[in-house]
Amino acid sequence: MRRALVLLLLLIALSVVMYFKNATFFSPLNVKNTLRLMSLLGIFSIGVGMVIITGGIDLSVGSIIGLSGLLLVFFLKEFDLSVPFSLFLVLILGMILGLFHGLLVAKLKIQSFIVTLCGLLIYRGVGRFITKDMTQGFGNEYTGLKLLANGAFPEIELAEGGTFGVPIPFWILLGIAILAALFLHKSVYGRHLYALGRNEDAARYSGIKIDRLKVLAYVLSASLAAFAGMLYALYTNTVQPATSGGTYELYAIAACVLGGCSLRGGEGTIIGIILGAAVIPFLRNFVSMYGLTDLLEYAIIGTVILITVTTDEILTRWRQKRIKTT
Amino acid sequence: MLQAKGIWKRFPGVQALEDVSFALHSGEVVALIGENGAGKSTLGKVFAGIHRPDRGKIRLDGEEVLIQDVRRAGQLGIALIHQELNLVDNLTVVENIFLGHEPRWGPAFFATRKANEGAKQHLQRVGLDLPPSTPLRKLSTGQQQLVEVAKALSLHAKILVMDEPTSSLSESETKTLIQVVRQLRGEGVAILFVSHRLGEVKKVADRVVVLRDGKNAGELDAKDCTHDRMVALMVGRDISQFYQKKNLRPGDVALHVKELITERAADKKLSFSLREGEILGLGGLVGAGRTELVETLFGIRKRLGGTVYVKGVALPGNSPSHAIQTGLGLVPEDRKVAGLILEMALRDNVTLVALRAITGSILLRKAKETRAAERMAEELHIRRSNIMQPASLLSGGNQQKAVLAKWLLLNPKVLILDEPTRGIDVGAKQDIYKLMCTLTQKGTAILMVSSEMEELLAMSDRVLVMNEGKIAGELSGDDLKEEAVVSLGTAVEVKETP
Repeated sequence: MRRALVLLLLLIALSVVMYFKNATFFSPLNVKNTLRLMSLLGIFSIGVGMVIITGGIDLSVGSIIGLSGLLLVFFLKEFDLSVPFSLFLVLILGMILGLFHGLLVAKLKIQSFIVTLCGLLIYRGVGRFITKDMTQGFGNEYTGLKLLANGAFPEIELAEGGTFGVPIPFWILLGIAILAALFLHKSVYGRHLYALGRNEDAARYSGIKIDRLKVLAYVLSASLAAFAGMLYALYTNTVQPATSGGTYELYAIAACVLGGCSLRGGEGTIIGIILGAAVIPFLRNFVSMYGLTDLLEYAIIGTVILITVTTDEILTRWRQKRIKTT
Repeated sequence: MLQAKGIWKRFPGVQALEDVSFALHSGEVVALIGENGAGKSTLGKVFAGIHRPDRGKIRLDGEEVLIQDVRRAGQLGIALIHQELNLVDNLTVVENIFLGHEPRWGPAFFATRKANEGAKQHLQRVGLDLPPSTPLRKLSTGQQQLVEVAKALSLHAKILVMDEPTSSLSESETKTLIQVVRQLRGEGVAILFVSHRLGEVKKVADRVVVLRDGKNAGELDAKDCTHDRMVALMVGRDISQFYQKKNLRPGDVALHVKELITERAADKKLSFSLREGEILGLGGLVGAGRTELVETLFGIRKRLGGTVYVKGVALPGNSPSHAIQTGLGLVPEDRKVAGLILEMALRDNVTLVALRAITGSILLRKAKETRAAERMAEELHIRRSNIMQPASLLSGGNQQKAVLAKWLLLNPKVLILDEPTRGIDVGAKQDIYKLMCTLTQKGTAILMVSSEMEELLAMSDRVLVMNEGKIAGELSGDDLKEEAVVSLGTAVEVKETP
């Protein structure tokens, strides 16, 4: 929880700086867009966070995001399937990919890094192959469906003209986050997940069904990525087979680590992960609006994560030392 | 040679050492004993530079010294042989011996020949006859311990602090180590031997120093050193009735194992049964397949064949959760690896197995959990500052009680205890024995794996002796004697029991 507080303070501090530097940062349009990007990143970071809490890693989410966007377009336009059925099909596919990762990790004991790295490569390649590397898009159709990503609720007419609304993806994220937090922090299974992440042997000796929990984490991660991928596609309207969703797995891992997850497993909270996921698009936005060159974007995000994690580590040690000496 | 006066050391929440004085002369073996938490390891670590005392003076050969870290201790000729090994198992023996102080050839190259010669010499001193280029992982735990001693010798150690050196050694390995200790004593090395095992203390020590609650509790010379006197000084009270076993009339069959086949010995079928209120001991050498047997029963390891009945109900599947459902519980051999999740709170550890039963739903009820955990902690006398403190901060005995507590919350019909008192202090041991008696009175059946002969004989109603993966024989009543257990456990050719 302390980490969540630190992130909240960081967000506030950056906002204050921007308030004085560049007023367009708080324009309704920019706020709405940033909020939307945060929400999309938050949705699949929660899934990746679950996997990280079991002590694993999921590197495949970026490629799953790309692939699911492509497939949604494909199902709707090439196969002429109905909207609900297409959405359903992509989600099911995400689940199957997650199931596949989870079974390889839990049953065959292959390291998650390897399994999901291969996933990253395979799904990207498959996406490029089935589309012959051609950009796919919705064009002007499916405006109703696009509201899922582009819409806002409630919409408020602003006095100075234009509208502001909380983007729909934010509400979706909120719903998913509440369910995830209930699962992780309030249910017996959540406790089991933390136990498994901290000490797999002890969890097994305690009769916890560790294989099932692990598989569940990978299924959640891949299906949330598939879901987020469809939202991204609807938001951007076009999907590039080679690049869409690329490096997003790293953003998700970064969000989790910022939010207090340990890659050793067994640590992290939903609120932390979400705030971590908020910091990253915020920083990207900050970099471009502050007048820094976009070329510095990665360097700045990396530096902020490093400083946060290092400071936390130092503070923890300092506190432990103080407890010892008093 | 080494003299410490008025040593004080405080850790968060405990006064670990309080005005402790201690002396050690060259060519002398002094055993340091005491219950867990009595401060014996702490004192050893003060000499080895791992802990710095808050107050007190340490003199070495009459000169006052400040041992601020391990490096300084090494310079002064003090080496610590730790209870958990400090070796790197993907390196060879010689590489381990000289790790950190490699003989060099030129600026950076490992002087292989020089190192090998040196290593051979040190290995000889500890009675190890093997090529220095042997990979460490091929050595038994006992041999590795001796390599550790050789490493200390290569650093010209004059004082060896051995912290529970035998806790993970077999009986014969312990014998070898004790011989080495005696030989080093003859060469003038001073040895501080921290141990729980009073039997070996009696064999090896010239003098025994007893600590209790961080204070000096007394000293015994080798000639006055009897088991009872040591125990009396350690616990500060008379415990003549150490094992309070009452023989009960066993009830119905609680556990029936029929033609069980384990991975340890795929050609052997194991059958036995256990009644309510009975304690069945599993004896035999380390590696005889006892842990494999109980872990197969519990579904941790693969069951290759056979059926397990708990009160007439066959285990429906082969996993710990099935075993738990049917009424089995297992307190595993290694509490730190398999028994507890050390970083988690004591409460969360205690309630982990029975979580669903406590909360009554799939949602957590933290108040209920706290109450259940507090009740168990009270019942088992788990010494704690707070039910939410991490399990890692409990002493060994209290950790073991926490593992027991987590199973008792479920009221298993059959409780399997794998080395229930390994490495824990006398007081906690006695608590656990009492608890076992209470449980049997309530009708719980207990299956106990134990390598401590005294405990095995005193606590078991019957003993099954295992040898090379099979059950070599069953002993009870007047036949239940140490010699019988040893001969069944070590016999090379054992007739199949019909």
